[in-house]
Amino acid sequence: MDLLRFATAGSVDDGKSTLIGRLLLDSKAIFEDQLEAVEATSRTKGYDYTDLALLTDGLRSEREQGITIDVAYRYFATPRRKFIIADTPGHVQYTRNMVTGASTADLGLVLVDARQGLTEQSRRHAVILSLLRVPHLVLAVNKMDLVGFDEQVFEAIREDFVAFAARLDVPDLEVIPISALKGDNVVTRSASMPWYEGPSLLHHLEHVHIASDRDLRDVRFPVQYVVRPKSDDHHDYRGYAGRVAGGVLKRGDEVMVLPSGLTTRVAGIDLFDEEVEEAFPPMSVVVRLEDDLDVSRGDMVCRPHNAPEATQDVDAMVCWMTREPLRPRQKLAIKHTTRSARAVVKDIRYRLDINTLHRDPEGSELGLNEIGRVTLRTTQQLLLDPYEHNRTTGSFILVDEATGSTVGAGMVN
Amino acid sequence: MPSRADYRLSHLEELESESIHILREVVAEVEKPVLMFSGGKDSIVMLRLAEKAFHPAKLPFPLLQVDTGLDFPEVLETRDHWVARLGARLVVASVEDAIASGVVVDDGRTSRNRMQTATLLDAIEAHGFTAAFGGGRRDEEKARAKERVYSHRDEFGQWDPKNQRPELWSLYNGRLHAGEHLRIFPLSNWTELDVWHYLARERVELPSIYFAHRRRVFERDGMLLSEHPANPCRDGEVVTERTVRFRTVGDLSLTGCVESSATTLEEVVEEVSLARVTERGATRGDDRFSEAAMEDRKKEGYF
Repeated sequence: MDLLRFATAGSVDDGKSTLIGRLLLDSKAIFEDQLEAVEATSRTKGYDYTDLALLTDGLRSEREQGITIDVAYRYFATPRRKFIIADTPGHVQYTRNMVTGASTADLGLVLVDARQGLTEQSRRHAVILSLLRVPHLVLAVNKMDLVGFDEQVFEAIREDFVAFAARLDVPDLEVIPISALKGDNVVTRSASMPWYEGPSLLHHLEHVHIASDRDLRDVRFPVQYVVRPKSDDHHDYRGYAGRVAGGVLKRGDEVMVLPSGLTTRVAGIDLFDEEVEEAFPPMSVVVRLEDDLDVSRGDMVCRPHNAPEATQDVDAMVCWMTREPLRPRQKLAIKHTTRSARAVVKDIRYRLDINTLHRDPEGSELGLNEIGRVTLRTTQQLLLDPYEHNRTTGSFILVDEATGSTVGAGMVN
Repeated sequence: MPSRADYRLSHLEELESESIHILREVVAEVEKPVLMFSGGKDSIVMLRLAEKAFHPAKLPFPLLQVDTGLDFPEVLETRDHWVARLGARLVVASVEDAIASGVVVDDGRTSRNRMQTATLLDAIEAHGFTAAFGGGRRDEEKARAKERVYSHRDEFGQWDPKNQRPELWSLYNGRLHAGEHLRIFPLSNWTELDVWHYLARERVELPSIYFAHRRRVFERDGMLLSEHPANPCRDGEVVTERTVRFRTVGDLSLTGCVESSATTLEEVVEEVSLARVTERGATRGDDRFSEAAMEDRKKEGYF
């Protein structure tokens, strides 16, 4: 059994919470006491049916307002896979929450209401998922029951979306007609839509091929922590702990350590008390090197002729996440893999309209929830890969040094 | 061993790797971490992960236990075995001592569990801990579903759910001002069943009360509670001896048990996978007061 992380975005009106509630309910991830609590609340509020959205809206303010504000994580499993859902709000004022949910997702699920077709909101979700390089996309055309399960309605929305997605980077797209409320094509194939020959949503989630999404060629091992027991039993032990971000690291491999550029060989790879032959993403291991080099947190182990770029100049797409706008000459803390530095904003080259993909070069600042192309200069070299090649070594966060808050998310161009 | 032709990890291996990454990240970046250890199954998983993360070195942080004075003796015994085996340092913050010194007021109505919060915050402040690892999981409760892995607490130990730091990729932000601290939840993405699968895989010592045993119990509010001097029966409550086990471990007066015949890890896994009621709903009096009981307690600084 493996693990699939997927992100959903949308509002209650799209039936997103109903869909998640349905997946949880049908995979028995919801317990009787949770269901009873939701049924009781639905009755108190005078609803005609059980509002499954109440299962996912966890905070008091969200239940009061009847909207999802923050990212909520949900869990369910089938015999084939364990799933982690990052459930995010759909409104433009919560773009940063959508970006957060998409950052770790293997798959993004965009919901549209069959009666309305594509909306600005559904296009925006697709743009964000594509910017965050979520490798698999599913468009679920919901509320098919309300359009009489009409194939023509579905086909028109599908064609509309395929045309739009052609302008984005969408490596894998599946379009599925569903009714979350009635359960059609959610877990099992619907008898009401015999014209649809594809998989049910859950079947697709269980079978989508994610093994090839990782980069298994380019070795990237950011050193996280140096393990030195300084005990009598392990007097000379010196290991470099970290999580493999790319490639397959093998014992005996010739490696280079950045930023020093010194080369050595892998003496051994430890996984707790056993030694393993190789390590691959996303394994957390301890790597021992043959030579006694000066290696510390923030350094990166790679292969001699396959290294990330070591640079103080960063060109990236940045999503801005706080009220006070991002402006040129602003100074921030930056964290990239295990390396922290300071950065100054050199230029905001353009602001991206995430509804139309239009680039606005006039924008001299980035406001809350805006995404733009930004150049930064950092106090020390960062070891960067383009985000499109590696989502771990191509991403960074920006932190406000005064408040300590995370204020920006960056993806290296 | 996770080496195979397709270079895929199982979901347990991936969760383990993520949690170990979080533990190491905190130790590398935050000045004075501590691991909150209750002796319950989640904190035993935490201890196992910490053991793995820093092997062959010893744990680079102490353990902190908040002693309610109503802990199960079986749990304390297991705690002592773990501390001895790992050569770890244990700090005990006692609710009784906190009452004696006036840090906590026992008004006779507040549960021990609730008084733990004040005791915990006092201990964190007194020792200057800046990060406290907890075994909380997002699947436990819906307020927890919104919590970050690095959960920021202000100088009063409060959680502000509407003003949390965005948490992207696996880039955690450990920045703090004086007096603030972080609660760290490395098991955020684990479910109760994952925890049991992992314990069954690792075969580490657990308190015996997680397995079926004979116990004198009585029913209250649909829960089975232990007969104990701190837990006097009310009118109409009858003590009987039954075969039970605990799904969670909190303080004796609030933690209920369930009837069960599961005596091995495999049988517990089997039972948990068939359970139709959440572990907190079934056995925790402290979460039953209102729909937002956990959210309110967490805002005050609860685990």
